[in-house]
Amino acid sequence: MAKLIFSLDGAFLGEYPIDKERMTIGRRSTNDIHIDNLAVSGEHASILTIGNDSFLEDLGSTNGTIVNGKPIKKHVMQHADVIEFGKFQLKYINELAANMGSGGVGADDFEKTMIIRPAAMKAVAPASSEGMKPQAPPHVASPAFATPAPVTQVALGSIQVLNGPSTGKELVLSKALTTLGKPGVQVAVITKRPQGYFITHVEGQNHPLVNGESVGAQAYSLQDHDVIELAGVKMEFYLSKT
Amino acid sequence: MNLTNALEIVRLTDVGQKRDHNEDAVASDAEMGLLVLADGMGGYKAGEVASEIAVLTIVAELKEALLDFEPGQVDAVSGMQAESLLIIDAVAKANESIFTVSQSQPQCAGMGTTLVVAMFTNDKVLVGHIGDSRMYRLREDELTQITEDHSLLQEQLKSGLITPEQAKVSNNKNLVTRAVGIDETVDLELHEYEVQVGDIYLLCSDGLTDLVDDDEISIILAKLNANLEAAANQLIKMANDNGGKDNISVILARVTSPFGVEHGWYDKFLHWLR
Repeated sequence: MAKLIFSLDGAFLGEYPIDKERMTIGRRSTNDIHIDNLAVSGEHASILTIGNDSFLEDLGSTNGTIVNGKPIKKHVMQHADVIEFGKFQLKYINELAANMGSGGVGADDFEKTMIIRPAAMKAVAPASSEGMKPQAPPHVASPAFATPAPVTQVALGSIQVLNGPSTGKELVLSKALTTLGKPGVQVAVITKRPQGYFITHVEGQNHPLVNGESVGAQAYSLQDHDVIELAGVKMEFYLSKT
Repeated sequence: MNLTNALEIVRLTDVGQKRDHNEDAVASDAEMGLLVLADGMGGYKAGEVASEIAVLTIVAELKEALLDFEPGQVDAVSGMQAESLLIIDAVAKANESIFTVSQSQPQCAGMGTTLVVAMFTNDKVLVGHIGDSRMYRLREDELTQITEDHSLLQEQLKSGLITPEQAKVSNNKNLVTRAVGIDETVDLELHEYEVQVGDIYLLCSDGLTDLVDDDEISIILAKLNANLEAAANQLIKMANDNGGKDNISVILARVTSPFGVEHGWYDKFLHWLR
């Protein structure tokens, strides 16, 4: 379960589990999170929770709600977000999200597809229609769920044509996928992967040759200065020295 | 109708980088023009039981139902190809089988599976789905998502609660709102689409779509168009390179020639009258 760590100028004051669908924050004692300070409005902000996501909304407070240094009206909470009310802070901790990022044991269970029962859906439906409207993309503090960009420490590869009319022509292999050859005659693809560059046969009677040998139907790992031959055109593959 | 010469089909499933077993199940039958993909869920190994039952039951049921079946008929009530009713029945049967097992075997309690099933007939494709396994179509280098996920995230998107940008960072990616085998009955969403020669159809589990975005899928399918096997391999490699958090399954099917049904004398007569 996600929780909020309450602190004053960085000094720990307590913590609140997010155990209700809707929690309110404000100066009045009727709030779930009650902050007795004049900088805080009576009804300052609310947190709506659906499944594993929590949505923070400012309830028209006098001094506004600040998340990670930026004033917000509505915000989808991300793990480690800090909400500020004057000198008070609430830090949002979503352990599922934290585990996910570090690939812990819990992460595996969490990633598994689960069914959410229609009955549970109905319970959250009325709350979800309550004032939450489409909004500008939030400031994303920890993009733990974005598609992880592959860590490509691969040196950039290029090919240079060695014979025929385009002799000397160079092509930088900056894209994930580069196709070579003539459609209908012979085509091969060079893929850029975290492990390096690979050439694979796509179409045509003949498979591409690397250093004079056929690569067959499987992906073939290219090495610096390999010579590729495709439909009579020879090309040298090389890695740039960066 | 035998579609072996009208379709080229490649199917591939991979355990991924993080899981120790594969809970996805895939099947295809070129003769029937049938593709089935299921992504199971539920406790220890129960997920793979559910997806396996779903795929095997649907293939077996449809095979039997199509034995003495005249293709090209239209159901008078729904206006859809008559095969649609066979698909609905087969999925209901699969649902019943999984539900019965999960009720009687404690270690399988609560198991279920997502499903996407496609059947090609009479120059059309009938597409049924439940949950977040998807079908896409590549036509003239343009990729279109045909199915709409039955997931909490999709419902939030539709109701305007969150924006597509927010959806990408949501913690609710894995919550489906419909699944096969968790209740006594199941609601299959079924639609039919006209096919064109040259179309490429992709069926996939969320292990692909969570890690490889639509633009990348589109580039791979368009560039490796000439070799479906290489395209399928590349899709799986890319999901693995991006983390391989879940099992990854893909089925690719290309329409190589038309397969419309010759009309009977009555239809020909109607056509002649026009």
